[in-house]
Amino acid sequence: MIEVQHLSKHYGPVTAVDDVSFRAESGEILGFLGPNGAGKTTTMRIITGYMPATEGTATVAGYDVFDQPIEAKRRTGYLPETPPLYPDMTVREYLTFVAKIKGVRKDIKGRVDEVMKRTWVADMADRHCSRLSKGYKQRVGLAQALIHKPEVLVLDEPTAGLDPKQIIESRQLIRELAGNHTIVLSTHILPEVSQTCQKVVIISKGKVVAIDTPDALTERLRGTITMFVQAQGPVEDVQRALQSLAGVVRVNLVETRDSVGNFEVDSEKGADVRRELAGAVVRGGWGLLELRPMRMSLEDIFLSLTTEESADDPGATPPPADASAAEAEVAGA
Amino acid sequence: MRNTMAIAQRELNAYFTSPIGYVLIGFFALLFGWFFYVPLAFFEQQSMQAAMNPGQAMNINQMLVGPAFMNTTVIMLLVFPLITMRTYSEEKRSGTIELLLTSPLTDLEIILGKFLGAMALYASMLAITFIHMGILFYFGNPEWKPIATGYLGLLLMGGCFLSLGLFISSLTKNQIVAAMATFAVFLMLWVINWIGTFVGPTTQAVLAHLSITEHFDDFAKGIIDTKHVIYYLSFMAFGLFLTMKSVDSERWRG
Repeated sequence: MIEVQHLSKHYGPVTAVDDVSFRAESGEILGFLGPNGAGKTTTMRIITGYMPATEGTATVAGYDVFDQPIEAKRRTGYLPETPPLYPDMTVREYLTFVAKIKGVRKDIKGRVDEVMKRTWVADMADRHCSRLSKGYKQRVGLAQALIHKPEVLVLDEPTAGLDPKQIIESRQLIRELAGNHTIVLSTHILPEVSQTCQKVVIISKGKVVAIDTPDALTERLRGTITMFVQAQGPVEDVQRALQSLAGVVRVNLVETRDSVGNFEVDSEKGADVRRELAGAVVRGGWGLLELRPMRMSLEDIFLSLTTEESADDPGATPPPADASAAEAEVAGA
Repeated sequence: MRNTMAIAQRELNAYFTSPIGYVLIGFFALLFGWFFYVPLAFFEQQSMQAAMNPGQAMNINQMLVGPAFMNTTVIMLLVFPLITMRTYSEEKRSGTIELLLTSPLTDLEIILGKFLGAMALYASMLAITFIHMGILFYFGNPEWKPIATGYLGLLLMGGCFLSLGLFISSLTKNQIVAAMATFAVFLMLWVINWIGTFVGPTTQAVLAHLSITEHFDDFAKGIIDTKHVIYYLSFMAFGLFLTMKSVDSERWRG
């Protein structure tokens, strides 16, 4: 279980994280979504005890990361953005070392073997970390985070830089792990969130913009529901007929081919106009070929959320260029 | 303690899985060999003359072992910045510092581990010189006690240099900067009493006391003076304390 309350982090005059609160229950995968420089890495570094927050608290498995750092760290596995590998050690040596400093006391060898098998790096056990491909480095990084059976896993961009096959495998592994770990993962790739996470925290310029399940988020954003209508008939007439219906805000003709028109119909919030749409087409004697609600993709949600946020208070947040530069500097430190 | 040992072991292994450890030990052996050979040749010549004029006292400890130890401190001055430059800088640059700082370890455990790792490398350098001492014992009859105190002094003095080097390495992620700064500070601590005659007697005494090498003389002569032992130990503790504060402040500044 992870609980973050009113977390803020300032670097001098720059605010990297601003009053962030969220909660991840046991066994849950929480996705941390935001553009680069949004404060994802900073938040994760605070949760893992790498750096203290300026304000607010973070609790891991019931232990405050600032007041009881050792207890909290014992229960946290962390994969930073760059896997923290020692280039001159072999995978096995490296994992054995990590097991020791993470407090694994019994059967270190067995545990190392187990984790290597779990993350598919067993075939590279005796290779130096410096000679691993990006994909293997990432997996050894994951193995390192898992070695002490932590209750909480914090993964900073776990699939960045992997090839498509590796991405699918990693997501699969993360989903499998969710059963007995609480997982927080950050990403700026949207499909990742809908495919792996039960809860999404969208963060932009250090502020939480939305917290919800991927489905509910989609739902929430469908303030005006858009229907896709494909009808056969004179397009102008069809458009006029649909436009005149109660509850319809706007009818947009997307494409016409022969006498078939594709329309996007925006309706008022909460109004279900499917029956009326079908009725209108039938009454006109035209053919209704298709009628379906258009779900907004997470990508659209993300864009609309983040742009909405900056439209709300244009002067209150520092210009994005500054914020991302500061974040880059922090990440490099 | 377990954690400290795990880190110390990794540090020591890191010296030997890269060429650094071998190069450092190799060149240390070469230089020590030279510094040992020169007074040995001188001693040999002197003893030939002494054989011709009986009555002249010859002491191998004073004439050979003492100077060789004193010269070892010169090698330390040059070699130690290279030992400590990577301790923190490298971890910061490669990001492995994130692993250490998010593991259930205290800052002190990490710092002590790194310190002991560097000390172990230094001790294995000194171990090379047992060969030279072995030769003396085989062909001559030196006193073993001043030799033992000499080694003790070297270890203590090395500890001071290493703790200071560790601190300087924790300040930067650039190894060259760390090495150069460490070298400059070592040299400064070495020659700080050279100002000697130009300052007042009080300042002179204070500066002489600050000089790291000044405290070594007695060890080379076979004297264990608690004054010097305490100086070295408190110097080491201070260096490690500064490192701790530096790592901690880095954390807050991000």
